[in-house]
Amino acid sequence: MTNSDQTKPMRILIVEDDRDAASWLVKGLTEAGHVADLAVDGEDGLNMAREKVHDVLIVDRMLPKLDGLALVRKLREEGVHTSVLILSALGDVDEKVKGLRAGGDDYLAKPYSFAELLARVEGLARRSAAEPQQTRLSVMDLEMNLLARTVTRAGKPILLQPREFKLLEYLMRNAGHVVTRTMLLENVWDYHFDPQTNVIDVHISRLRTKIDKGFPEPMLQTVRGAGYMIRAR
Amino acid sequence: MPVSLKLLKTSTFRLAALYLAVFAFSVGAILSYVYWNTALLIERQIESAVRTEIGVLGEQVAQGGMQGLTDALRRRSSQNPGSVYLLTNFLGRRLAGNLDALPQSAIKGQGWIEFSYTVETSEGLEHHRARAYHLSLPNGAVLLVGRDIEERRRFAALIRRTLYFAVGFTILLGLLGGVLMSRNFLHRIESITAASRTIMAGDLSKRVPVSGTGDELDQLSINLNQMLDQIERLMAGMREISTNVAHDLRTPLTRLRSRVEAALRTGDAGVHKSALEQTIEDADSLLATFNALLSIARSEAGQAREGLHPVDLKEVLTDLAELFAPLAEESGGALKLEADRSLEVRADRQLLAQAISNLIDNALKYGVPGGRNGPEITLSLTSTPRDAVIAVADRGPGIAEEDRGRVTERFVRLDRARTLPGSGLGLSLAQAIARLHNGRLFLKDNAPGLIVELVLPRLEPAR
Repeated sequence: MTNSDQTKPMRILIVEDDRDAASWLVKGLTEAGHVADLAVDGEDGLNMAREKVHDVLIVDRMLPKLDGLALVRKLREEGVHTSVLILSALGDVDEKVKGLRAGGDDYLAKPYSFAELLARVEGLARRSAAEPQQTRLSVMDLEMNLLARTVTRAGKPILLQPREFKLLEYLMRNAGHVVTRTMLLENVWDYHFDPQTNVIDVHISRLRTKIDKGFPEPMLQTVRGAGYMIRAR
Repeated sequence: MPVSLKLLKTSTFRLAALYLAVFAFSVGAILSYVYWNTALLIERQIESAVRTEIGVLGEQVAQGGMQGLTDALRRRSSQNPGSVYLLTNFLGRRLAGNLDALPQSAIKGQGWIEFSYTVETSEGLEHHRARAYHLSLPNGAVLLVGRDIEERRRFAALIRRTLYFAVGFTILLGLLGGVLMSRNFLHRIESITAASRTIMAGDLSKRVPVSGTGDELDQLSINLNQMLDQIERLMAGMREISTNVAHDLRTPLTRLRSRVEAALRTGDAGVHKSALEQTIEDADSLLATFNALLSIARSEAGQAREGLHPVDLKEVLTDLAELFAPLAEESGGALKLEADRSLEVRADRQLLAQAISNLIDNALKYGVPGGRNGPEITLSLTSTPRDAVIAVADRGPGIAEEDRGRVTERFVRLDRARTLPGSGLGLSLAQAIARLHNGRLFLKDNAPGLIVELVLPRLEPAR
């Protein structure tokens, strides 16, 4: 995970019947340095996904011919384990659970910001590439021992509350990449609703005080309009 | 359809008719049984009396010969008015007895016969029926001993008449009762039908009449009325929402549109950029409002009820306190947690956390005491034997008593809240979520400040 600052170009399959939304996605992903293929209905999507050449699939929930959940279920039955991000206009918690149960890896409710989508897609690609049993994370001079639950920066111990530890762990696992506030709420706090306030910002700023104060190079950065990122270099 | 025909078609009438048929049959059967038994008993008594008499007469023959028998018959004929006797010689001529001649059926052999004969009474000559035993004596003579059974026939006829009358009367009364009962029933059903027609035609304020007797029909009417209350409330809610949505979504949409329009008129890239950024912000807040409305609607429809699991409230509150405390401290306030023991309720953890975080969010915004910068919030968990009580208390200016009922309505924002960001849906959503969990939301005075209590039924009430 130490060298994850540069995003490797990915090949992404978009299965989406709304042509405007799809072309906007293709454009955005291409600009971010990835290659995007497009399928406009469920059957096409299934056939293209079967070739197993993509790193991530972005699948809309409601599709002509074969709906999104059925598509994902079918892929999983056939042993295709490509990471899937499900997009849907149905944003409720139980709809999310349904999507994840069908075999999706992440779920994003429409409408979404492109930054959120990009962060999640890249997160999925990293997740499938990550080594499962890590005991240490390190980014620049920041070190985290997952077994002893200790953190040091440039050899100096940093004391963290359990939740701050979890927050930093998530940021470090995604070092070099933007994580959004929603991703933090979902993965660090396990809340799938929007608390409508800047609660996350306050936690980040406390964490920042602990890991960056007294060091010449700040590591925890705010990415405007998107979220936060631990600098990898 | 004429009322009389309609009556016949009512289920009450059909039931009454069926009951009536069974009842009439039973009455008939009982009376017939009494009749047949009585008749049989009398017949047996007659037969045994006649047999005894024949036995006695037989002894007379043994002692006094034919003459003795003749004498005995003459004596008996004059003494026993209810009996018939006849003794004829082998030519069929009468020797003694009160009958003129042998009946046609008694010409040969021996056995029981029934026949008519004429008898002289105080009212003149009458035809009576008699039952008798006849036998031929060894010398060719024929002896007949019997009893007048006219009394018995009259008695039987009386019983038969009583039987017909009883059955007829039962049927008549039953029919009458059935008609009356079904008319009453039909009348009440019709008033319910009429009420439901009016309601279907769109008048949701109409209610089904309740007679006040507390019977099944009343129960039905009361249930229907409660259902109607619920529907009316929901409809009113829908109307209110559409009005509110029209207002509260149209206003920011108009603002958004004007801003974009104004930005388009200038050629300045900086203006464009800031207008676009503002537009995204507006769109996000619109979306938040929209999502909150959907969540309320879903909670109120009770759709999420299947996703309820045992949840420890202490854990939920500890997590939320940990999430929000830094925010309160940042502005110079504090958020304290007072929860010393675990309490379980059946809940959807996400929805419950959302409801409580809405309450905390309100306290953060409006719970700032005068002369201070930050809010003083106490998040507490207490219990009653039945319920778990989650309370979010602040020391802000509170809410006047007359406004407390209003603030849980959708989009209602008190004047001092209008300048702060928010949709006016937080408390509505909290209340909808409370209801989904069979709980309630109370707003109380914290003197000063506001306490919002979320009361949920405990999973295992204390004994």
